[in-house]
Amino acid sequence: MTSYNRRHVLKASAAFAGASALGFPAIVRAQASTIKIGHLVPLTGFLGAIGSYAQLGVKLAAEEINEAGGITGRKIDLISEDSVNPATAANKAQRMIEQDGAAVLLGEISSASALTIMQVAERNKKVFFSTGARSDALRGKNCNRYSFHCDIPNTVMVNAVGTALNQKGLVKGKKFVTLTADYIFGHDLLKAAKSFFAANDATLIGDELIATDVTDFSPYLLKIRQAKPDVVCCNLAGNQVTNLVKQYAEFGFPYPLVGFNLNTGDAWAAGAGNLSGFWPTVWYHTLDNPASKAFVANFTKKYGKPPENHAWIEYVTLKLLAQAITDTKSTDSEALIAHFEKQSQFDIMKARKAYFRSWDHQLVQEAYPFTVKAKADMKDQWDMLVLGDTVPVASAPLESIYPNKEQNPCAMKA
Amino acid sequence: MQIVFLLEQVVNGLVLGGYYLLIALGLSLIFSVGGVVNLAHGAFYALGAYISVQLTGYIGFGPAVAVSPLLVALLGILFERYLLRRFYSADPILGLLVTFGLAMIVEQMIRIIWGAPPISAIMPQALKGSFIIGDFLFSRYRLILLAIVALVLAGLWLLLQKTSFGRVVRAGIQRPDMVAVLGIRLQPYMTTIVMLGVGMAALGGALFAPITIVHPAMGADVLIVAFVVVVIGGLGSFWGVVLAALLVGVVRGVTIHFMPAAGEASIYALMFLVLLIRPRGLLGERIEKFE
Repeated sequence: MTSYNRRHVLKASAAFAGASALGFPAIVRAQASTIKIGHLVPLTGFLGAIGSYAQLGVKLAAEEINEAGGITGRKIDLISEDSVNPATAANKAQRMIEQDGAAVLLGEISSASALTIMQVAERNKKVFFSTGARSDALRGKNCNRYSFHCDIPNTVMVNAVGTALNQKGLVKGKKFVTLTADYIFGHDLLKAAKSFFAANDATLIGDELIATDVTDFSPYLLKIRQAKPDVVCCNLAGNQVTNLVKQYAEFGFPYPLVGFNLNTGDAWAAGAGNLSGFWPTVWYHTLDNPASKAFVANFTKKYGKPPENHAWIEYVTLKLLAQAITDTKSTDSEALIAHFEKQSQFDIMKARKAYFRSWDHQLVQEAYPFTVKAKADMKDQWDMLVLGDTVPVASAPLESIYPNKEQNPCAMKA
Repeated sequence: MQIVFLLEQVVNGLVLGGYYLLIALGLSLIFSVGGVVNLAHGAFYALGAYISVQLTGYIGFGPAVAVSPLLVALLGILFERYLLRRFYSADPILGLLVTFGLAMIVEQMIRIIWGAPPISAIMPQALKGSFIIGDFLFSRYRLILLAIVALVLAGLWLLLQKTSFGRVVRAGIQRPDMVAVLGIRLQPYMTTIVMLGVGMAALGGALFAPITIVHPAMGADVLIVAFVVVVIGGLGSFWGVVLAALLVGVVRGVTIHFMPAAGEASIYALMFLVLLIRPRGLLGERIEKFE
């Protein structure tokens, strides 16, 4: 009797764990007439929190497209999985192409994982849309012709925040300390930050490289106090931004905390009253344009909360991919690349339309610096950011905030 | 000045060690008495954090931090009675598997109830900020945290050393068969120990929620460090775990002072070193049933 019970409990819990671990059943793989899209995004680890938003965004787009009859009559079959780490991401990408028959790959937030998926895409000659990775190197020295990059790069984030900081007189002659995530993204961001400091007469008096599994920042905060900077600058990503912001508020230091990278999900997780300073963002749900408002309304209705910027970028990317497949009547990699290299313009729910730049395949678009709303002025827990002036200004070309051909060493190999 | 900075890191490390202690002590106790490495310990830590954040909205921060560990301790009773109890005398691998499974179930349940994105947890404004005493800087909140840990520690020590309950538990760790011969059932004691252990983990979660990100997998992050502390301290030793927790906090802080990039690796290097020199841990006792 006992052994029956034990087995029963084990089986039931295993089934339960299995069922809940898979957000949706992968067993319901559809027929040959579907367009299979391999989607990878970190759902665990320090980027898992924002990855969960990304998955909601891409699922919403797929559902909307399928409800409207699919792409040229073919439904989208979205195969979405946790990318876990760079090695697993590459293995899964390869499997999605080889065994599942994915026509296109899409997703990612980690620059390190995006890099390995890019290599898989190139090897298999399949198009990969890197939706959320921000490292400059991916579109620079590591670029390849099968990979397209949708999020703003580190250089643009630095330019966006830098413009706002300059206006407030927080750069010229000031001493900075930076906290940098110790992987490709952080190194890359630090490089962009350093050239910004050098160009604007600021001094970097200290930099701490921080492993991505650090959750307690108190020893680093003590070092910051010892360095006595004018401004503290965060070059971290994901959960680490939230942890730093919370602990910075806990210690209550007088030096302003600014950052060159932030995803709205990390700000929301930090909670009201903890975040302050100047940060960049690529999109926010309060942007005032019809497309954005419609998306926010649909998303909120479905999930009970507004979309985060990764939900937005995934949604927009799948939609523009669907449009491209409709226009070219093909999922063939070469046809898609040729289509995007024409620099066709897309509405991405911003004031100005965006396009993939032909020579480095990155989506050229507007960005925004932001400050933080006072707790009393917040309408709800998501109403946290006050967007600053859009960069670049309306009169300047979009590419003026992007690295140009001399600055971006992208030699697209055939 | 350099020496003052270093000292400051040492003191900060001690404070951080106190927090590790809250989680590691329960893990160590449950292992010493039951012989099961409770891989679900982190899950109770996460539950403690989530429940306290949820309750804060209704009853305020202080009461929520107090009530949440009590609720989780009640869950601990169910956990011991219906799950853990069956694995005390079983192959250790089964205990590992079942608690690992439970950890995954709890993590997914948190995802279902509270959603996958992190939830925001904030502390009352009055607790923010830091004290400066001489050249030393202390976070006000962490000092409060340290005081609570000290209280819990003292209470637990008195319970184990000065009460008849504690005598039975200590005897049960060393010679469960003798305890049985004397006609004492260990089961109610085990239930209490597990309740205390997971309650402490939940208290750790509730206290740390305002200064760390509250997300479904937060338990897994903390479990590894707690496990390292238990291994360094030595199984079955109360003071061994205390010493190890403080040591881990200090070693991490000092390493970050000199070599920031090696901060996280330092605690594993410490474990490696201790295991080479003293495989039983710093103050580990010889426990017959595990030899």
